[in-house]
Amino acid sequence: MYDGKLIIPGLLIFLVLMISPILFNGLDAGPVPKPEKPVGVTKCVKSAQYMRTSHMKVLDDWRDETLRDGDRTPVEIDGVKYEKSLMNGCLKCHTDKKKFCDECHVYTSVKPYCWDCHYVPKETF
Amino acid sequence: MDIKRRQFLKIAGLSTIAGIGAPAAFNLLLKGETSPVSYASSGGSAEASHDDAPAGVRLGMVIDQKVFDANIGLAQKCVTACHTVHNVPDFGKDNKKDAIKWIFEVPFEKAFTNKSHYHRNAHLHDSDFLVLCNHCDNPPCVRACPTKATFKRKDGIVAMDYHRCIGCRFCMAACPYGMRSFNWRDPRPFIDQTKHNKEFPTRMRGVVEKCNFCVDRLARGLQPACVEATGNTGAMVFGDLNDSHSKIRKVLDENFTIQRKPALGTQPSLFYII
Ligand code: SF4
Ligand code: SF4
Ligand code: SF4
Repeated sequence: MYDGKLIIPGLLIFLVLMISPILFNGLDAGPVPKPEKPVGVTKCVKSAQYMRTSHMKVLDDWRDETLRDGDRTPVEIDGVKYEKSLMNGCLKCHTDKKKFCDECHVYTSVKPYCWDCHYVPKETF
Repeated sequence: MDIKRRQFLKIAGLSTIAGIGAPAAFNLLLKGETSPVSYASSGGSAEASHDDAPAGVRLGMVIDQKVFDANIGLAQKCVTACHTVHNVPDFGKDNKKDAIKWIFEVPFEKAFTNKSHYHRNAHLHDSDFLVLCNHCDNPPCVRACPTKATFKRKDGIVAMDYHRCIGCRFCMAACPYGMRSFNWRDPRPFIDQTKHNKEFPTRMRGVVEKCNFCVDRLARGLQPACVEATGNTGAMVFGDLNDSHSKIRKVLDENFTIQRKPALGTQPSLFYII
């Protein structure tokens, strides 16, 4: 192999860099996020598991239904009506963005741009 | 004749492209999906086509300039009402470049560019006219929008989904009334924090915005904010143009009204009593 004495150490350094997170942290994925649940409410518009994986889909569907089809009939769960809205629906129960939304978003390093336009409860911008 | 390999490839390539493209173009023309004549150049004849308004709800508005003339400051009240409930930023009077406007006042010759302005009377000369999105029945902005961020709803409202807007500004070029504004910069710092509406979102840098006919307020059974601001003066009437018993139809039946640039065939839903 030409230049083997450069290529092989180079590959080794690359390999070490690539697995460095595992070398440092082992198989520990860090503290699991614990989003704070709203007090006094037990049921969400969908099951907790569905919301965990697909809340963005719910929000997208609501957006299209309200805006495009003009269908703003509230979602009714156990006699309680929830507006199909992030600001005027979800955030009425989940009043603390930092302790709820940000918990998982920060952990999984997703940066949704909801907050560029939608107000966070009690927000001063 | 001696054809070089290179030339042969060129000819073969071009023939293939022509072969693929031609049937598609022919089909479109045969089905009439694209008119060979553009709407904008069709001039006067388009005015007649305003008769065939669709069935179902079609929301519209009448603006009575006589009432606005008699109530100095009323128009400004409408502007403030709209811009407050929709969190429209205020960049100050001196910054015209960044200004965002959903509803605003313009002189007669800017509102009605195709009417004669020669020797107009003092009333037309001195008054400012409220302009907002016309919620056209044949909206060129919708046709121009490549992402369907701007769309026409069943009730005639030309609405926008800011999530989808990519800021290409095709719609601004297409709107013949200049009723759309582009967010050149982050609007949030320019929204009055003491008055803003916490139930309504703001916009972000890089999207276009315009009057939404208060679609969110209508859903709650309210009148548009500008109409509400005129109180019981009757300066603005909002309602269903297709409902023969509605108040707006009564006003339209009893008054002579004009529209902005009807010759373009956009079929506006706004009417003016001059
Ligand atoms: S006035 Fe302009 S923005 Fe409004 S619907 Fe007509 S073309 Fe579109
Ligand atoms: S600027 Fe936005 S709304 Fe206008 S045409 Fe482009 S994507 Fe559509
Ligand atoms: S109808 Fe609503 S959005 Fe449009 S100008 Fe009036 S207040 Fe503003």
